[in-house]
Amino acid sequence: MTRISLTVDGQQVADDVEPRTLLVHYLRERLGKTGTVVGCDTSNCGACTVHLDGTSVKSCNVLAVQADGCEVTTIEGVAADGGLHPVQEAFRECHGLQCGYCTPGMIMQTIDLLAENPDPSEEAIRSGLEGNLCRCTGYHNIVKAVQHAAGQAAPTSSQPAEGVGA
Amino acid sequence: MTTTDDPSLAPAKEVGRDRRRKEDERLITGRTRWTDNIVLPGMLHMAMVRSPFAHATITSIDTAAAKAAPNVVDVFTGREVADVQGVIANAWPLSEEQKTPDHLPMAVERVAFAGEIVAVVVARSAAEARDAAELVDVEYDELPPALDLKEAAADQVLAHPDLGTNISSVWTLDSAEGGTGGNVDEAIETARADGIVIEREYRQQRLIPAFMEPRSTVVDPTGEQYVVWSSTQIPHIARFLLAATTGTPESKIRYIAPDVGGGFGGKLQTTPEEWLTFLAAKRTRKPVKYTETRSESLMSGHHGRDQWQRLTLAATKEGRVTGLKVDLLADLGAYVGVVGGGVPVLGAWMFNAIYKFDSYRFTTTQVLTNKTWVDAYRGAGRPEATYAIERIMNELAAELGEDPLEVRARNWIQPEEFPFTTVAGMTYDSGNYPAATERAKEMFGYDELRAEQQRRRESGDPVQLGIGISTFTEMCGLAPSRVLGQLNYGAGGWEHAEIRMLPTGKVEVITGTSPHGQGHETAWSQIVADRLGVPFEDIEVLHGDTQTSVRGLDTYGSRSLVVGGEALVQAADKVVERAKPIAAHMLEAAPDDIEFSGGRLQVRGTDKGVTIQEVATAAWAAHDLPEGVEPNLDATATYDPVNFSFPHGTHLCAMEVDTETGQVTMRKYVAVDDIGNIVNPLIVEGQVHGGLVQGIAQALWEEAVHDDSGTLVSGSFVDYLLPTAADTISFETDHTTSPATSNTLGTKGVGEAGTIASTPAVVNAVVDAVRHLGVTDIQMPCTPERVWRAINSSGPGGETPGAAAPHFDESTGMSGTVDRTTGGAE
Repeated sequence: MTRISLTVDGQQVADDVEPRTLLVHYLRERLGKTGTVVGCDTSNCGACTVHLDGTSVKSCNVLAVQADGCEVTTIEGVAADGGLHPVQEAFRECHGLQCGYCTPGMIMQTIDLLAENPDPSEEAIRSGLEGNLCRCTGYHNIVKAVQHAAGQAAPTSSQPAEGVGA
Repeated sequence: MTTTDDPSLAPAKEVGRDRRRKEDERLITGRTRWTDNIVLPGMLHMAMVRSPFAHATITSIDTAAAKAAPNVVDVFTGREVADVQGVIANAWPLSEEQKTPDHLPMAVERVAFAGEIVAVVVARSAAEARDAAELVDVEYDELPPALDLKEAAADQVLAHPDLGTNISSVWTLDSAEGGTGGNVDEAIETARADGIVIEREYRQQRLIPAFMEPRSTVVDPTGEQYVVWSSTQIPHIARFLLAATTGTPESKIRYIAPDVGGGFGGKLQTTPEEWLTFLAAKRTRKPVKYTETRSESLMSGHHGRDQWQRLTLAATKEGRVTGLKVDLLADLGAYVGVVGGGVPVLGAWMFNAIYKFDSYRFTTTQVLTNKTWVDAYRGAGRPEATYAIERIMNELAAELGEDPLEVRARNWIQPEEFPFTTVAGMTYDSGNYPAATERAKEMFGYDELRAEQQRRRESGDPVQLGIGISTFTEMCGLAPSRVLGQLNYGAGGWEHAEIRMLPTGKVEVITGTSPHGQGHETAWSQIVADRLGVPFEDIEVLHGDTQTSVRGLDTYGSRSLVVGGEALVQAADKVVERAKPIAAHMLEAAPDDIEFSGGRLQVRGTDKGVTIQEVATAAWAAHDLPEGVEPNLDATATYDPVNFSFPHGTHLCAMEVDTETGQVTMRKYVAVDDIGNIVNPLIVEGQVHGGLVQGIAQALWEEAVHDDSGTLVSGSFVDYLLPTAADTISFETDHTTSPATSNTLGTKGVGEAGTIASTPAVVNAVVDAVRHLGVTDIQMPCTPERVWRAINSSGPGGETPGAAAPHFDESTGMSGTVDRTTGGAE
């Protein structure tokens, strides 16, 4: 067992962990941060993406002991006072999620992407999210959500026509 | 006070609005209740020991070391639980002659695919369970595996030697025998003499549903009922089958599908893992959790597609189709799943698509092999059918030297011909194929792109342009119970709804459908808000728990809105009828004089009225009700559909193909779908986009590949190519509308449309780009290598398995391995 202490979503925590414990398992099983999920075992899917000292990481690819002394932010800590982060709001507004399993990781990656490049092209968005898999949305509305969060006008070609067929 | 005939004061209609989803608040903030999030006092964890061999006899299993490992509570093998583990059922035996191998949750004597469970370890933590699973020592005698579908169909090697054959069942639909059309052999003979005959064979590669949330089950045996939480699409069906196959009374089982992270048919299953978690909880008398790794999910969750399709199409010299003969070979894998052979059979009515053919014969042969079992994957039978017919219609056009849209149009059912009974015997209620096609052509810039294609061909551009077409239909809204009975399916196809009017004016809507990403909580609220005239925000939709949702047949086959939505409508109408006598009493009027509109029950011809919420409160208080009237407005409805619904659409795809490298690039994709009336256009667009990418992924990227020993070599997300945002483009979508006539809302279903339509559109585009180079087929997925080979050899591009590199070192033995990708390090 190794003693670690870190800050998670603004709270100081300290625990004894097995050295082999992955950060994602520490977050989920010890801290109850179940908003962060596991989708694969090869670090391909990005569902477990969190911020480690302000940069997005796949928390299945980081040992808990590596986070000792660091600041970790999960999906549960991105918004202040029970409100929504603008990227969370954009995903809802643009229907950028369906089952929602990839969504926390997508949102965490998007926040990082926009911090690096506040006005990304569609191509930059798509390559910036390449490490996060989604099986439901076909990515179309995820891209729109990122554009929306960046303050860009959504593409008009696929705007749903309100009241169609009603 | 309002009057009923003043529409300006009526509340805005909810149906048709692009409401943002109610579900999203919890999903975007991480407040979601996934099964793997559930933790109970004293909860134990399971790990599976899985066979590394595709076909082998188990000679011995030594569990002593595992039992002695720290914090291990229980270890058991198939032999120890042979009589109590239940069985995994097939709900759709296609005939009495169907050969169905016994499918036990855990193998007892023989394993039939790599990944089959041979022992279970239960420990205080998941890591300790996995560590101990590595200590289980299993000895096997390897048997020859039946792997290749065609070879298996010839019974060269038997997947289950005791059955004596690999053929599970043969199923036929014939228009001459059924009286729905002519004799296809005669049509083919006639065409051979004086017409056009096109014969093609297409491959539907094996796919993996690959939902994002790995499957997980928690079983709590404390209390009077077993409570099962499971990441499933079918909590009601699972509860029924768990009771039916284990002997535990159904009334002692409560099944809950909490938030479920996608399914796509992959969670339309009752799984060995669920059954064994139930058994482990029974044995240990403690809550037990099992969550699969992704590698386990890809290896042991059921796969989809996997067919060889042989088609013979007969047409006149003018290109009018006179007959279609279809022979399918369908790989079931090692076992017959819950739908099983029913999946290819669901394609039987769809090969004739939106066309008027004179004669038709469909035969499908279901074949057992020693690979992961195959069952429903988004579209289930209908994508396969649509792919084949839309490919061969292009071949007919090429033979005629005509535009493939014109050849299709010549054979379409015309808008004025509905209702139309097809050569397969289905009655299509509505549709307008020319309207959807015109809209799609306009959005696509069809004529301009054809002109550009011509220019590039003439200039010998190394990057050629191809235009792909798919004018598809599908049968949705599974299903009329009477039809399912005729087809020997083990259950009905109805759906159930309940509406509870709470005394505070809020409304609980309980549905028997079981959403896992579709947004039912939002769409169902919109439907009930309109029907009862209560605010959208005041409605809570409950689902997926058999204790609240007592009856239901769950979510698959684009059935939820079409069947479950109608149940909602009927339940809401019953609530109104129950409210009328109470409202009449409150308003001192005769019940016959009460009219309902916009949430108000009003005395006809007056402005006297009460809201339905006021009636609900009065019924609850029950202080002053008319004689003989129950103090309750709640109502249930169980709706059995009278027909299927038939969404259709025209999808157009432009692909650029680099003839020097074989690289393909999607340039444009237009989808115009007629899915009837739309409840929520935002949700509909999302369903179309996601469906498109799953279908495109079959065309271009995905394939489950086994090596020659039967090991799944595409057993992780490193190897199984799910598309990323960087691989895909933004789509252009629109709708035409011809409402379904079979339900009040006029809806047809949209869950599978994109997947069904897009695969042939993409492959047709790739082939179209290089047809002038002599290419008529490229096998899916159309990898650069296959495209390049097709261009350079004018063949379909070859098989994948030969190209698959062995993925692991045979020297490791793999005996009793848990999950190779994670190894023993976790």
